[in-house]
Amino acid sequence: MTKKLVIIGAGMASGRLLEHLFEEAPGRFDVTLFGAEPRGNYDRIKLSPVLAGEKTFDQIVTHDAQWYAENNVSCRFGEAVTGIDRQRKVVTTAKGKTPYDKLVIATGSSPVVIPVPGSDLPGVVSYRDIDDTNEMIAAASKPGGRAVVIGGGLLGLEAAAGLRLRGMDVTVLHLMPHLMERQLDPDAAEMLRGAFEHRGIKVRLAANTQEIVGDTKVEAVRLDDGTEFTCDLVCMAVGIRPSTALAKNAGLSCGRGVQVDDHMRTSDPDIFALGECVEHRGVCYGLVAPLYDMAKVASATLIGKRKVYEGSYVSSKLKVTGIDLFSAGDFSNGSNREEIVLRDAFGGIYKRIVLEDDRVVGVVMYGDTTDGAWLLSHLKQQTDVSGMREALIFGPTYAEGAPLDPMAAVAALPGEADFCGCSGELEMQGRVGMIYRDQVVEHGAA
Amino acid sequence: MAKDTVESFKKTTCPYCGVGCGVLAAAVVGGDTAHIKGDPDHPANYGRLCSKGSALGETIGLTGRLLQPLIEGEASTWNDAITLTASRFTSAIEKYGPDSVAFYVSGQLLTEDYYVANKLMKGFIGSANIDTNSRLCMASSVAGHKRAFGADTVPGTYEDLELADLIVLVGSNLAWCHPVLYQRIAAAKATRPSMKVVNVDPRQTATSDLADLHLALAPGSDVALFNGLLAEIDRRGAINQSYDEAHLTGVSDALAAAYSDSSDVTGLARHDLEAFFDLWISNEKVVTVYSQGVNQSSSGADKVNAILNCHLATGRIGRAGMGPFSVTGQPNAMGGRETGGLSNMLAAHLELTDRVHRDAVQRFWQAPAMAATPGLKAVDLFQACADGSVKAIWIMSTNPAVSMPAANRVREAIAKCPFVVVSDIFADTDTAKLANVVLPAAGWGEKSGTVTNSDRTISRQRAFLPVPGNARPDWRIVCDVAGAMGWGDAFDFANPAAIFREHAALSDIAGSLGRDFDIGGLSSLSDREYDDLQPVRWPVKADREGGRFFADGHFFTTDGKACVVPVVSRPMADPVTAARPLRLNSGRVRDHWHTMTRTAQTPRLSQHIAEPYVELNPVDASEAGIAPADLVQITSDFGQLMARALVTKRSMPGSIFVPMHWASKWASDGCVDVAVTPATDPISGQPELKGTPVSIAPYQPAWYAFAASALEPRTSALKGLGYWAKAITETGWRLELAGGIDPVDWVVAAKELFKAPDSAHSATYEDRVSGRKNVVIFEGNSTYGAIFLARQPVAVARTHIVAGLVELSPQQLLAGRSSTAQADQGAIVCSCMSVGSNTIARAVSAGTLATVDDICEATGAGTSCGSCRPELKAFLLPQSAKLAAE
Repeated sequence: MTKKLVIIGAGMASGRLLEHLFEEAPGRFDVTLFGAEPRGNYDRIKLSPVLAGEKTFDQIVTHDAQWYAENNVSCRFGEAVTGIDRQRKVVTTAKGKTPYDKLVIATGSSPVVIPVPGSDLPGVVSYRDIDDTNEMIAAASKPGGRAVVIGGGLLGLEAAAGLRLRGMDVTVLHLMPHLMERQLDPDAAEMLRGAFEHRGIKVRLAANTQEIVGDTKVEAVRLDDGTEFTCDLVCMAVGIRPSTALAKNAGLSCGRGVQVDDHMRTSDPDIFALGECVEHRGVCYGLVAPLYDMAKVASATLIGKRKVYEGSYVSSKLKVTGIDLFSAGDFSNGSNREEIVLRDAFGGIYKRIVLEDDRVVGVVMYGDTTDGAWLLSHLKQQTDVSGMREALIFGPTYAEGAPLDPMAAVAALPGEADFCGCSGELEMQGRVGMIYRDQVVEHGAA
Repeated sequence: MAKDTVESFKKTTCPYCGVGCGVLAAAVVGGDTAHIKGDPDHPANYGRLCSKGSALGETIGLTGRLLQPLIEGEASTWNDAITLTASRFTSAIEKYGPDSVAFYVSGQLLTEDYYVANKLMKGFIGSANIDTNSRLCMASSVAGHKRAFGADTVPGTYEDLELADLIVLVGSNLAWCHPVLYQRIAAAKATRPSMKVVNVDPRQTATSDLADLHLALAPGSDVALFNGLLAEIDRRGAINQSYDEAHLTGVSDALAAAYSDSSDVTGLARHDLEAFFDLWISNEKVVTVYSQGVNQSSSGADKVNAILNCHLATGRIGRAGMGPFSVTGQPNAMGGRETGGLSNMLAAHLELTDRVHRDAVQRFWQAPAMAATPGLKAVDLFQACADGSVKAIWIMSTNPAVSMPAANRVREAIAKCPFVVVSDIFADTDTAKLANVVLPAAGWGEKSGTVTNSDRTISRQRAFLPVPGNARPDWRIVCDVAGAMGWGDAFDFANPAAIFREHAALSDIAGSLGRDFDIGGLSSLSDREYDDLQPVRWPVKADREGGRFFADGHFFTTDGKACVVPVVSRPMADPVTAARPLRLNSGRVRDHWHTMTRTAQTPRLSQHIAEPYVELNPVDASEAGIAPADLVQITSDFGQLMARALVTKRSMPGSIFVPMHWASKWASDGCVDVAVTPATDPISGQPELKGTPVSIAPYQPAWYAFAASALEPRTSALKGLGYWAKAITETGWRLELAGGIDPVDWVVAAKELFKAPDSAHSATYEDRVSGRKNVVIFEGNSTYGAIFLARQPVAVARTHIVAGLVELSPQQLLAGRSSTAQADQGAIVCSCMSVGSNTIARAVSAGTLATVDDICEATGAGTSCGSCRPELKAFLLPQSAKLAAE
């Protein structure tokens, strides 16, 4: 008999979960999908291209009405779930109760709003969904508009770049001494700042917002040092917080996020959670890659297969056309940390790889991120990279080539033919082989 | 190349080794290169050329050429320079006598140049103080020949190398030093595999590849080896009794000496000795080829006689396919000997100490002041400069500040000499820098005359280029100075042909006095006939042309019999000690010549080996704490040098090898001769260049670097470094560097080195923990240079970087290696076709290549001059070779 699967949240995590489920166990579940937004799943990663005018909303929709219909998903979009009754195994909305056999919580996260006066004024937006995006697009459509973006992280910078492309005068205010401090080291951040300023985006670092000024709508942002930035739009992008209210109210165990085990199970064995709302082994994720990893495991668990989620190595890529930036892992300094740095200021390229015990633990690439995925795979697999250390930063086409022979320092000298010695096999690569038979021995013995 | 417009090809002769290959040369119209081909009709090479000869067209550019006379470094006129030279020589002669002046000349001079220089010194100045760099090359052979034959006669011809059943190569890396002779032997052996080759050399070299038996004897023990052979010849009754009785003296004394000697000092195993003796004694058609490993020794003359003795005692001399064969190092060492260019010779193989000979020459020359006693030999000559007895010296066409043993002392001696004249084609040689007067000489391709090769073949060197600037041919310069000294009539030669006629006429007199060297038949050549002269082997006289000597048993001694000279082996001049435990051997590499003044001008010849190196055995290396590619400090009682370690079993324990070529223009401390002992052979005066006791130690710099630069690296940036070596490339320059102190800012240092402006951009790679740093300096579309630093010898794709300096982006260069998309062809093995080791190795591992010819076909390597073919062989089936060795 088909089981009732109820999913709360129609975002990217549940979207991916459904794909796995329908692929691996078609018809196993009778699925009801609740979404607070009045629309189905779309690729939030692509909101920035929409803001920048490079894509339309239609182009970023991942699952349309036809797809849901074909898979018999009962879609309840625009209908927020208000409660979970674990005893009766039903969820409650304004329209009534829906029973479940299995429940998945994929409520995502909500933007952090800094608690300063004026943060609730009209004209203050966060940057989470297509509605936020449309509001910014509307604000930018007025000529001569000014925007302040609070937060110089991934989202804030993407918002700033998009708004600038739409013709606004944009200032980025960032609390920390350099941009994207969680992903970048100071050198890369400085190149990034230069690239933004080159596009006409003002960046103010170590900027502590004290108040958003305005009577009926936003007029300016004021810093603690008294500096004021006149503006019509404030985009607040200072971080996200897992949306745990429903789970908490249902008595599920929560920390910063909804706590799950390695099989994406919450403290209730029939309730699962995944995406930005969860906390796994103490870690909350705000990027798309872990969410896909979780979807794979959650799907497996639901259909009774054993799969383990062990956490994700995260990497981030700034989605601003013309600025290539990739960051993965941990690149803070440490006594046993070794770093390899490539700088090409003229070419706008900066790369840094942080190693620990001959393993890649952190990667920052600016200007040329071609090899980001390759380095990330070494980071994830904990590859011993000592054999390709010198070529690592130049990417796989260099690192996977022939090893260099230091004897090549003696130019084209005929190489040693060490047959009788301990080196065993003769290395031909990278050296000239002038090989001699030991003729004295040979003929003497003859 | 094919699109160039060229002048018509002229027949001339290669200016490098003593093989004397015929060359067809045609200047490129409007360019500074020429098209070069082997002359298919020349009897030395029949169209073959080696890598050096093939690249001759690239060495004739005028970059760096001296084109006008210099006095104290300032440009001057010929008139002033000649006048000054003449007056300083004249005043020294007047004040201190004829022996207060000296000429130090060269096996690079043409016979006509040599003739007038010798005539001026021995007949007009009245001293025999004219010696030549052939002293460093040939003197022991001359002495040995004269002791045995009564004259400096090379008995055989090159054809003997092809007709022999056994060739013994003694102290000769023929494959690299006389590549065309090597190829002739290799070709003969290929068509007639029964032909055997024995290689007698402490080192395994490229030549050993051809050998059926390699005897790695202890350095300097050649006399013992050939005494052992002579005794064995006697023991087995192989003495040619009839030849002995009719034509030899001293056989019993020589045998007694041979029996008294012990083969043990050779360090060779008994069965190896037996194998050699068996081969030698059982093959009547045996040619013993010997070269600098024999000559450059404090017992060089004895080594020569030890070899000659075996051939004389068996009568194996002067007949087809047999005889001793001295192979000379220089293009005209033989011509120098024929004109009397050594201080103990007169002219035309006449004896300086023989009154009859002297008088004959004096009459012929109408000479005012004949030298009657031998002059100073090279080492003593420079010593005389140092001690003040030589007041004026004229050095022609050679670079003794680099090439003489104890070169630093020689440098100081030259600097100390009150008046030094240098004639050369470059003003920046280590020697020319010390001169008061530098005279611009015409170079190869610009001058005209004759040379004699190792088998007595006289060939024309013909001009195919105009003499540039104010340069003059050497003969003209000598005659100008002689004229200014007041002997204009005796030196009033219109052209080289006129000099040659006089030289030939003098040899006619020598012939009539019973001497071997007689080309009287050429004494009446017209200018036109001289221009058209085809290669001709001496003697050339009414009743005879060319051929071999001594089959008839007629020798040039007073009694007409050959002297079998008793010799006994003795240790090298300087003993090894606990403080100086190793013997330093020296010699040539395949693609360079002498002090590199010419060969280093071409990228093609600089790519095979781009820095000085030292071959040393793994045992010695580990004892001294030296790893492969480390820099090694080599110290003797005379000086110190530094070279890259090539750790190899090809060098026997206790013996190390350093090439002779690197002058101060190309490396900071690469000059091997600074460390070489000035000890000489008491008979020949030839220095012992192949066995100076030395100690070795690793140089431990803070960093090593490899760099490629588009412009010539700034000299001042190299000055302070612990080590540097540079070489020309197709894209600019390549550098090997090492230093004691890290510069504060490598980007700044690199810009300085590469002569880049401050505004130039940099791309950098840095691994602080490993110490690796790569820096590329560029601006716009041009790259100034790339440098790769490490705390260890730098592993970097050198050929790839050098080749890609122009084509690759700065980012690609920064990697210091090729990507899988652009395969690095590795170190260059074949200079002519620029084929690298990786390319060859890939071809071998990918295909079914079984022979050297297969490699040639697959990769193009070895298809031009063929000098690299011994190296190509090494790429074939290393596994089976391994088995063979086990």
